[in-house]
Amino acid sequence: MSTRQVYMDNNATTPLHPEVKKAIIEGIDIFGNASSLHSFGRRARKHIEKARKTVTSFIGAEPDELIFVGSGSEANNTVLNIFACKCPVCNSKKARTKEIITSVVEHPCILRTSECLIGKGLSVLYVGVDQFGKIDMELIKEMITDKTGLVSIMMANNEIGTIMDIKKIANMAHARGALFHTDAAQAVGKIPVNVVGLDVDFLTLSAHKTYGPKGIGALYIKKGTPFCPMIYGGHQERGRRAGTENTLGIVGLGKAVEMLTKEMAEDTAKILDLKLKLKAGIEESVPDIYFNGHPDDCLPGTLNVSFIGAEGESILLHLDLAGIAVSTGSACASGSLDPSHVLLATGTSAEKAHGSIRFSLGRENTKEDVDYVLEKLPGIIAGIRSISTAYDGRKK
Amino acid sequence: MEWVYSEEVKDHFINPRNVFIDEGAFDYDAKSVVGNIKCGDEMAFYIKVDKNKNTILDCRWKTYGCASAIASTSVLSEKVKGMTLDEAYDISPRDLAKDLGGLPEHKIHCSVLGDKALRAAIDNYYERNGMSGKIRKEKAKVICKCMNVTDQEIENAVTEGANTYLELQEHTKLGAVCGQCKEEAIKLLEKYRKEHF
Repeated sequence: MSTRQVYMDNNATTPLHPEVKKAIIEGIDIFGNASSLHSFGRRARKHIEKARKTVTSFIGAEPDELIFVGSGSEANNTVLNIFACKCPVCNSKKARTKEIITSVVEHPCILRTSECLIGKGLSVLYVGVDQFGKIDMELIKEMITDKTGLVSIMMANNEIGTIMDIKKIANMAHARGALFHTDAAQAVGKIPVNVVGLDVDFLTLSAHKTYGPKGIGALYIKKGTPFCPMIYGGHQERGRRAGTENTLGIVGLGKAVEMLTKEMAEDTAKILDLKLKLKAGIEESVPDIYFNGHPDDCLPGTLNVSFIGAEGESILLHLDLAGIAVSTGSACASGSLDPSHVLLATGTSAEKAHGSIRFSLGRENTKEDVDYVLEKLPGIIAGIRSISTAYDGRKK
Repeated sequence: MEWVYSEEVKDHFINPRNVFIDEGAFDYDAKSVVGNIKCGDEMAFYIKVDKNKNTILDCRWKTYGCASAIASTSVLSEKVKGMTLDEAYDISPRDLAKDLGGLPEHKIHCSVLGDKALRAAIDNYYERNGMSGKIRKEKAKVICKCMNVTDQEIENAVTEGANTYLELQEHTKLGAVCGQCKEEAIKLLEKYRKEHF
């Protein structure tokens, strides 16, 4: 194993920001139950509400419009499940529940949940994307009708980094009386997100994608929006999510967002600069490659490349042996028989999808990291291609 | 830090043996190409045969494939040298996985391509040398036309532990493209399970 370690898989998860780590360590003894009235409980409550204010002011929301949940996946599941709820007590009856529209490039926690809703009798329509991964705007406009209860579209794609035109789609949904949800797990912390400006009804965010801890996410629910909890049993989060609060996780999320307010602009500019260096370097040193995703409307740190004639898991594992961490859209790395559903949806061939590598840069990456990747990558690709049946050295 | 697969896989992945790199430098008697890049892997196998003894003198291979495919074929390429064509034909992916210190269950299907390519190369040798009667493939019936999977291979997969359709797919890659063979494959799966267990 190489002694040098370069982590370029920040869309999978991020290391803790040092300030977040400090805040969690300092808060480790806050054990009180935030629902208790005594001083121990009040101490926990104080920290939770402080974090709530930090997060809501960062996304332009009011404190009572945000609930803390266990993950981005839980937030997404919660939103979709509102529309299948038939329980007598919740106020989701106000939500139209016949039809939901989402996209083919969503995260599996939306796609699998939507299949579950189909099983519960709802109809779910999936809008496609263009070659860059952008939502087909003509099509979605036609798809949204008076029957539509919810439109759920991710703000930015995790695999290729393409940023969607959320505001326009939210407007289309609202024009037909539907609610709008966006999974912003990959967007928050990387591009500016403001729930008022975007006019969304629900927004999902996750702490560990933005230098906070695992096991904590949040869901923005616009005031007055029909809602039904997914987890019942307690009055926590104003009855919208039962379960004693994950105080330390919430403290970590709060601190992570506090650091974003201070550092995001500078960090993302640096990250973009490094990515463009990496991109130019790959273009220069490796022949027969294709970049996936949108050339401009792309997350600053995400770079998805297909290497013709080289299989993704092999590339990933050779990079890993050199200490470099990335991910791939190859089927072989996932245990399934299919390559990335996102790349296939953009019309990318299966061969290119199997040979795709996602570099996702973060705040800790340096110019030396990029140089090191550019030093190792060309030899690794050439080596894999030399034993490949699918590369004759002339292919383009 | 422990690697994702065994040390043996790592060794063969980093230094694959008997790779076919220089077209001109290896004089082969038969060759084959199996798999499909669309499905994520493709394998070419080249053998040189001792025509008197019917043994494999030397071999080379090339692949578009993952670490498990590379490592299992590399191990195979060392193992078959000196074997008779019949012995080589009977090597199973399980044998190779054992030689590699084990493969995760979901990677077994990646390792089937090497021995499949070897069998196809042996068949190609018989064909080229007027011994078509020895081709085993002809006795077998192709069930999955997209992935070229035969009833014999389904039987092998069952004896190797495939109990469900999904496991059968993992072993053979059958039904991964058009899926039209599913019904027939399930019938055969049940038939062979009754026969063998």
